[in-house]
Amino acid sequence: MNFRKYLLILIPYSWLLLLFLVPFIIVVKMSLSDTEMAIPPYYPYFTLSEGWQGIVNFFSELDFENYIFLAEDNLYWKAYLSSLKIALISTFFTLLIGYPIAYGMANAQPEWRPTLMMIIILPFWTSFLIRIYSWMGILSQEGFLNQFLLWIGIIDQPLTILNTNVAVYIGIVYTYLPFMILPIYASLEKLDISLLEAAIDLGCNRSQSFWLITMPLSKAGVIAGCFLVFIPVLGEFVIPDLLGGADTLMIGTILWQEFFANRDWPVASAVAVVLLLLLMIPIILFQRSEQKQREAEQ
Amino acid sequence: MKKIMLSLMASLMVSTSIASAAEVRVYNWSDYIDEDLIEKFEAETGDKLIYDVFDTNELLETKLLAGSSGYDVVVPSASFMERQIKIGVFQKLDYSQLPNGKNLWDLIKQRTAKYDPDNAYSINYMWGTTGIGVNIAKVKEVLGDDAPIDSLALIFDPKNMEKLSACGVHLLDAPGEMIPAALQYIGEFADSKDPEVIKKTEAVFEAIRPYVTKFHSSEYVNALANGDICVAFGYSGDILQARDRAAEADNGVEIAYNAAKEGAVMWFDQMAIPADAPNPEGAHKFLNFMMDANNMAAASNYVYYANGNLASQEFLEEDITGDTAIYPTPETLKNLFTTTAYGSKEQRTVTRLWTKIKSGT
Repeated sequence: MNFRKYLLILIPYSWLLLLFLVPFIIVVKMSLSDTEMAIPPYYPYFTLSEGWQGIVNFFSELDFENYIFLAEDNLYWKAYLSSLKIALISTFFTLLIGYPIAYGMANAQPEWRPTLMMIIILPFWTSFLIRIYSWMGILSQEGFLNQFLLWIGIIDQPLTILNTNVAVYIGIVYTYLPFMILPIYASLEKLDISLLEAAIDLGCNRSQSFWLITMPLSKAGVIAGCFLVFIPVLGEFVIPDLLGGADTLMIGTILWQEFFANRDWPVASAVAVVLLLLLMIPIILFQRSEQKQREAEQ
Repeated sequence: MKKIMLSLMASLMVSTSIASAAEVRVYNWSDYIDEDLIEKFEAETGDKLIYDVFDTNELLETKLLAGSSGYDVVVPSASFMERQIKIGVFQKLDYSQLPNGKNLWDLIKQRTAKYDPDNAYSINYMWGTTGIGVNIAKVKEVLGDDAPIDSLALIFDPKNMEKLSACGVHLLDAPGEMIPAALQYIGEFADSKDPEVIKKTEAVFEAIRPYVTKFHSSEYVNALANGDICVAFGYSGDILQARDRAAEADNGVEIAYNAAKEGAVMWFDQMAIPADAPNPEGAHKFLNFMMDANNMAAASNYVYYANGNLASQEFLEEDITGDTAIYPTPETLKNLFTTTAYGSKEQRTVTRLWTKIKSGT
């Protein structure tokens, strides 16, 4: 019996071990080494052929130089902060747009819901890159949006949207919207309507019952959606690269530069490790407070 | 269930039979070949050609340094290739497998020997200059008829850039091209590796940065052709391709290319075989195929770059050999200079400076 229980736990843990912990250790190890023009472009690398002495040499060559370098150059802090800002603002807008859509879906006739769900998922059938490229076509100076606005006479000069942060926000909100809608929809769909009926019977108007009943009960979905959007956006590279301009500073872009332009894999790894730590801290804090709240409720 | 198993097995068998046919994997710049040549190569040799593309030297270099890239032929620029050769990324060419090597142009071979002594590791594919592409009508509209379209002042003088920003300016996202140009503009040695000299370009870029629409190394081809931007500092062939596309689309966009009169970078893209290429024999076959006078001419006729193949010149279209933007006049040739690779430390200074220039931090 016990054996079966362990086997059951073993599967997810070996998944974590193989696909998260092992790569992470490799990245940490790389972040402690020095860059060198060679294949692979860093030193020391690990060879078992030299036996114990090789392992000792290997560890004695590692140091925290790259982390000190990161701390000393304000570029990295600015990039982290700017990514944080972009991630927060776009999560806010995804929520603002996603919640009403999910609410509408959950309140639609049951026979309509699969179709609505389909409409949300349908864009995933087209490659993500193609969808971003079509946004370039829409937002450019001579693009559809500008031509349409000029045609109806709202503007007389084309707007510069492409290659600005506005385009980045549009791209991110568009791309990540389904990740916000789906968990909120899942939590709203389960909502017991009799609770709302009771609230109205007891004298709540519609907006009161929304804020007192619906909103708190969909909180789990909102939080899940926010994390699903916030975390990947923080490290986003493709959208700022294609839609952003010269002044769009994001940590994903910096990582790319360190890795490709500078060929400095150790510094790139250090940037990645710091990014991961920065992401983990708020998540852990959040889980702590959730747990405390749950304990308090019991 | 049985059916599924059967179809799985069938597909496995298909994939193994494909793997046993010889494959040649080529990694080249985007928009850089006449795609008919790929089919022609496959028809002539019976080998399967897998053709992938990249758009920056950095991307290629990272794949090469990671090792086992899986490619048989890659096309780095000579300045990058120089340092890659030194650390053993490539294998020496076996010229006995390359009978078409006789077609190569000595003039270009002499210049590329600066990066690859005796041309032992590489052959020249295309070469060109880095310069200024303009949408003639739009630039004249904002700067007047005497706009300096053949001068670095067009992109480095803030007074010009301020006006041009209304119609859009793209600069290459390649410090190795932009910094020499800026150094040339302020009268410094363009290939300088001295950090103090390099840092002087910061002020030059800082003054024009607010007016730059985007720093990107490939988007300007479409943007220029569509009329989304009016000026691009980029690679000669890319801009000439934009010119050609605009002419084909007949959208009223007329584009001109000029290597800056103050002096421009001359670059070489070299075909080389990685040391760990899975199919070096196929790689030699591909190189030999590309050195055929007719094939090389077809590639140049398509991409609008000059090539390092003397024998191909008689098959080139007249608007290519006759176009001084592609095959420069002897006087312009004198004005062209070459750059060399940055060392690791200098590279970091340059990249950091470039980030600062682009993002303001």
